[in-house]
Amino acid sequence: MELLEKNSKVCPVHINILDVYHARQSRIHRLDPRAKLLGSLMVILTTMLLPEGAWLPQGILFGLIVLLSFASRLGIFFTVRRSFIAIPFLLAALPLPFLTPGPPLWSLPGLGWVVTSTGLMRFLTILVRTWIAVQASIILSATTPASDLLWGLNAFRFPRLIVAIIGFMLRYLFILADEALRMLRARASRSPRLAGIKRPGLIWQSRVSGAMVGSLFLRSLERSERVHAAMLSRGYDGEMRRLYQPAFRTLDWLLLLGMILILCGIFSLSYWS
Amino acid sequence: MRFSPEPLHIPDGFLTPLLAALGWLFAVIIINIALRQTRRQLGERQVPLMGILAAFIFAAQAINFPVAAGTSGHLLGGALAAIIMGPWAAALIMTAVVSVQALIFQDGGLLALGWNILNMGVLTAFAGYISYQGLQKWIGRSTSARVVAAFAAAWLSMEVGAIAAAIELALSGTSPLVIALPAMASVHALIGVGEGLLTSGAVRLLQATRPDVLDAGERAPGKLPATFVAGGLFLAIVLAAFSPLASSSPDGLEYVAKLGGFLARAQEPAFAFLPDYTIPFITHPAVTTILAVTIGTLVVFSVAWIVGRGTARKEL
Repeated sequence: MELLEKNSKVCPVHINILDVYHARQSRIHRLDPRAKLLGSLMVILTTMLLPEGAWLPQGILFGLIVLLSFASRLGIFFTVRRSFIAIPFLLAALPLPFLTPGPPLWSLPGLGWVVTSTGLMRFLTILVRTWIAVQASIILSATTPASDLLWGLNAFRFPRLIVAIIGFMLRYLFILADEALRMLRARASRSPRLAGIKRPGLIWQSRVSGAMVGSLFLRSLERSERVHAAMLSRGYDGEMRRLYQPAFRTLDWLLLLGMILILCGIFSLSYWS
Repeated sequence: MRFSPEPLHIPDGFLTPLLAALGWLFAVIIINIALRQTRRQLGERQVPLMGILAAFIFAAQAINFPVAAGTSGHLLGGALAAIIMGPWAAALIMTAVVSVQALIFQDGGLLALGWNILNMGVLTAFAGYISYQGLQKWIGRSTSARVVAAFAAAWLSMEVGAIAAAIELALSGTSPLVIALPAMASVHALIGVGEGLLTSGAVRLLQATRPDVLDAGERAPGKLPATFVAGGLFLAIVLAAFSPLASSSPDGLEYVAKLGGFLARAQEPAFAFLPDYTIPFITHPAVTTILAVTIGTLVVFSVAWIVGRGTARKEL
């Protein structure tokens, strides 16, 4: 029994991968996907183009995100809670405070590495930029269903076929992910870690996992053949169609205009101060 | 449970907007070529097949095996997709995977998506495919030859993707080349072993159950153009890193400042240090890393050759 509990922790039974979208009744949710895509891209561009150390404008930008997250009824700190995903990558920027020449600020005890204020400034700027950009795209994907998002990409002249492929991928994503989870669960229940018995070697384990990948591929391939046959029998001709078309309304224009004004204001603030 | 394991997804904020735009340009061009190529290869089967295989790669990234000290081996899948489906189809599959990770799961930034597609989709797929095919020409097509070729190809594909990412970070002034290149190359030399083991395990199973699938992958068209595109792209990135241009490459800020006529004001402290910090470092450690990776590649490939040849004889 204990083993079972342990296993269910290691291998969840089902993952709803698409739960990134949070269905709510809000103005932000009802916006046209194109407006939301443009809006988030503008926020991301703004945070990246602001000069280093422009803390006040970045702070206002963060305020804007909190506001949007509140307006979309996700809760004020919804984005903040989910924004830690980009943190591990900050390791890549960690050498900056030490390697950028500039006035020394503080010396690392023991090692004697010198932190320069210029370097620290650069590092913190990257941190803030990444953090804000991630939150902007979290709002985008939490308020827009994936199919609408793809429709928006299509409308922006994204290669049509790749959007169709991504749409297809999203449809089968959770089916195949569940298939993978079932395999992992099967492996976990057949290979308990028992006291006194040596763990099998790395090569052996990797061969088992590789075989799992291979058989998952075969299942996917066979599934794609079945799906394709089913599609053909229903009249598929190589074109993916969509019945419901979102439309740009006054509110979308207003939001875009407002965003542009706010972002311009933030820019001018950063260059005047 | 993690679905996108490799620390290769560059978030927004790490690349300058100019570089990000360049990445998008390259990515769109290559995606369009890939779409045309696979259309010819697959016809109207293209969308369902590519879509489901992209979902497969995404799901397969969840399959792991424990290595040591809490770390585990994961799959990125670019090389595997290329071995099974050919280079262009693999590039499309990986493009879909990386795009979904960025769009829906915030794994990698939206502006950085262009380079993420190139690093993890195009470069891994092409490098994996080219080295797999090249090795097979060398050591034959026996089961064990295929398995070791798959290992070496997958390992190299990770290394190529990681080096490209490191150079992009350095070009953006986010991480100096001296640190980024050796760090990324060595970390991914380890991660690449996991990738190689999983890929070769999958190839071993396919060879035993459906060798026709592997044969079809080898017949997939586009070897020569893929070689040119991948080689050209990688060469361009490396040259950009080592050219004198790299050390003074305009930061996104500088670029906008120039456009707005703010440059004179911006010349003050915040920007003055920017252009020159790469020059003293760029020459030595970076060159040695590239050298080390080349030597590592040679070692992996020679071992693959020896193992492949040795076991092939046994089978006869």
